[in-house]
This record gives sequence, structure tokens and C-alpha cells, in this order.
Amino acid sequence: MAKVAILSYIKRKSPVHELTGTTKLIFFITWSVASMVTYDTRILLGMLIISVVIFKISKIRVRDISIVLGLAAVFLVLNNLFVYLFAPEYGVELYESRDVLLTIAGPYTITAQQLFYHLNMTMKVICVVPVALLFIACTDPSEFAASLAMIGVSYRAGYAVSLALRYIPDVQREYQNISQAQQARGIDLSSKDKFLTRLKNSVAILLPLVMSSLNRIETVSNAMELRGFGKEKKRTWYVQRRLQKNDWLTIGFVLAVLVVDLVVTFWDGSRYFNPFV
Amino acid sequence: MKKLSVKSVVAIGIGAALFFVLGKVSIPTPVPNTYISLQYAVEAVFATLFGPIAGLLIGFIGHTLIDATSYGPWWSWIIASAFVGLVIGLATMKLNVEEGVGTKQLIHFNVAQVIAHLLAWGLVAPVLDILIYAEPIEKLFSQGLLAAVANIITTGVVGTLLLLGYAKTVVKKGSLTKED
Repeated sequence: MAKVAILSYIKRKSPVHELTGTTKLIFFITWSVASMVTYDTRILLGMLIISVVIFKISKIRVRDISIVLGLAAVFLVLNNLFVYLFAPEYGVELYESRDVLLTIAGPYTITAQQLFYHLNMTMKVICVVPVALLFIACTDPSEFAASLAMIGVSYRAGYAVSLALRYIPDVQREYQNISQAQQARGIDLSSKDKFLTRLKNSVAILLPLVMSSLNRIETVSNAMELRGFGKEKKRTWYVQRRLQKNDWLTIGFVLAVLVVDLVVTFWDGSRYFNPFV
Repeated sequence: MKKLSVKSVVAIGIGAALFFVLGKVSIPTPVPNTYISLQYAVEAVFATLFGPIAGLLIGFIGHTLIDATSYGPWWSWIIASAFVGLVIGLATMKLNVEEGVGTKQLIHFNVAQVIAHLLAWGLVAPVLDILIYAEPIEKLFSQGLLAAVANIITTGVVGTLLLLGYAKTVVKKGSLTKED
């Protein structure tokens, strides 16, 4: 298996990095909600611009995340293509008017409404991408559990997330070891083998992996139990920081965005901004 | 809500790590650009072993991490992943795989996983997609059913074999016999 590209924490000095994990978590969740609720072009455009500005401030360079951006682009193109193939007249239905720009063949015409729908749909996804990437790239993973606990998630669930982040590299290494050992024994997972054989072959890797994970669960949970994990209702966190002025400002800002978003979206009783009627 | 035991907490963490790693591994299928999602087989096995809450959180945390590190979260499918774990976990609560796995248990496990995947990808994911992303219904349901079938096959083959393999390693009750 080739080394997979995974986005991870990038340590730099920037105002975005200095915010507490809690602030960034609240920002990320609120931002996601705001983008999910609306289909209003003006709002989406505003959010897109803001997210690009935040990206600039964060001092994360496009080069750092180029692979991830490429994946997102492929995903978006495919998604748009499928939507068009299945419903070329969807925009017409949504915006209740029809301006044909070009006829390709049969039902496949290009209408201004359909293009506008695709634009909105794409913006809806894109305006979350920078924020999501920044959230991962600018938040120290060890601060994550503390942040979850601070917004009211049970510390057990928060600890589970911490454990997941901690054990991803280990599991990955183990997967590679087992996979290579099995390949040396002639077990193939690539497209050279038949599909069902491939599926069955994957068990030869998964079974040892699951077994060793179960052992690991046993060891780690014993270790945690010995240290008295889960005895108290609350837990304190070594990395927890107090919210500073900038944190409050950021939280206030994102909540304001959400309020504007809700007001503009539902003011006229429709989720869509319709320039055609 | 009942408090999570220490063991469940760890199982969720490591289960989510497994889910994430397997989600990043790409084993090609006959259809171009689609890959076998081995993570659902493991999620199903963990949900059977550690219960519905563990299944739910493994799906939720694992899938969120996959999405957040590749192209921003697609919440409707994340929730569907969590839903799969929850349903399989609930349906297999009475299934004591520690006591051995026979034909009866395997059928039970597979019925549970088929129902879970059909509901999750055929209903939960498309309905949420309509509510959140307002995509055309035809596209979503075809996409959803395709995902359901693929995941049912993967979980059916790989999950079943994993359970069988697991059962072999557990020492059953009363496996010792007294010498005369």
C-alpha cells in the first residue's frame, strides 16, 4: 500500500492557531450548520469569502493541503456530474422558470437555472472545506478531548476521540506490516485477482488486525482502569485553556453569521434565492 | 443514559481508529473509481461485540475523521454510518458470540446487517441529503441503494468470516473435561 495522504496538525504561529480548541470546534460546528441550512446564494458567497480570508490569516499554505484539495475537487466534479445525469431539469423545477442556453441531446439541455443550481450546490460544499481543513490543521490533537468536554460532551466520549487520534498511526503501521507479510505469502488485494477472491483475501489481513486490536483494547482498558479512569463524574484536562478575548470575539462572530444566515434564508419563506422570477 | 464502561470507551477509540485506517485503504471493485469499504465489516463486528453505543460512536467518530481529513464533512453519510453501527448493535444485543458462533448466530448477524445497511443507505442517507443538500431524489436513491448493496456484500462476506475467526479464538464455557 502506498503511503496515504492524511491531513494532520501543522504547527505554525498565527492568530488561528492561538485560539483555543474549544473556539475552533464551536466555529467549525456552527459553520457546518450554517452552510447546511441555507441555499441562499448571497449567504453562500459571503461565507465563501470569509472562509478564504480566514484561510489567509491562518498561514497554512495551499501547498500544505494541495492533495486534500485535489480530492475535494474530484469529489465535487463527480457529484455535479451525477446530479446532472440524473436530473438535468432539476434547477428548472427548483427555480420555476426555464431559460435554455444550449441543447445537447434528448432531455439533456443546459439551462441557466440548472447551472445556477450547480453553482449553489458547489458553493455549499466549498465554503465548509477551508474551515474543516483549518480545524484539523490548526488544532493540536491533544487539545481536542478537552474542547469536546468544554462544550458539554461527556468526557468518556471525548476520551474515545482522543484514543482514536492516538491509535490511528499505530493501527496504520500494523495494517501495513500484516498486509506486507500476507503479500509475501502470495495474498493479493489488487485488481489482478478476482473480486470475490480479493474480498476473501482481505480477511487474511483483517482477522490478525482485529485480533490484535482486541488485545490492545484489553491492555489499554486495564491500564486505564488501574489508574482510576471513570471513577468521578468530571475530569480536568492538562491542556485546557481559558477563553481569551479573541476566543469570545470569534465565537460571537460565528454566532452572528448563523443568525444572519437563518434570518436571510427564511425571511421570505423560501430556502432559495431566486434571481429568475 | 447508562455510563460507558472503560472497556467500551477504549473499544470505541480503537474501533474508530480501525474504521479510519480501513476507510483510507482502497481495494478496487469491478466498478471504476469505487472501492470496497472494509470499515463497515469491522464496524459491524465491533457493534456485535461491544453493543449499540459503541457501534454508533465508532461509525460517527471514524467517518467524521475520514471526511474531515479528506474533503470536509458530509454529515448525512456520517450519520448513516453511525446509524449502521447503532442498528447492528441493537439487533445483536442478545447474540452471545462469546459463547460460540454457529449457523444460527451467523444468520442473525447477517439479517441484522442487511436491515441496518438498507435502512441507513436506502433511507437515512438519502432523506438527510434531500433535507440538507437538496439534491435530486433519483440520484440520491440510486446512489444510496448502490452503497447499500456494496456494503451488504462486504459486511456479509468479510464480517461473517471475521466473526467465525473470532469465535475460534475464544475459549468456550465448559471446554475443559475432567480426566478419569
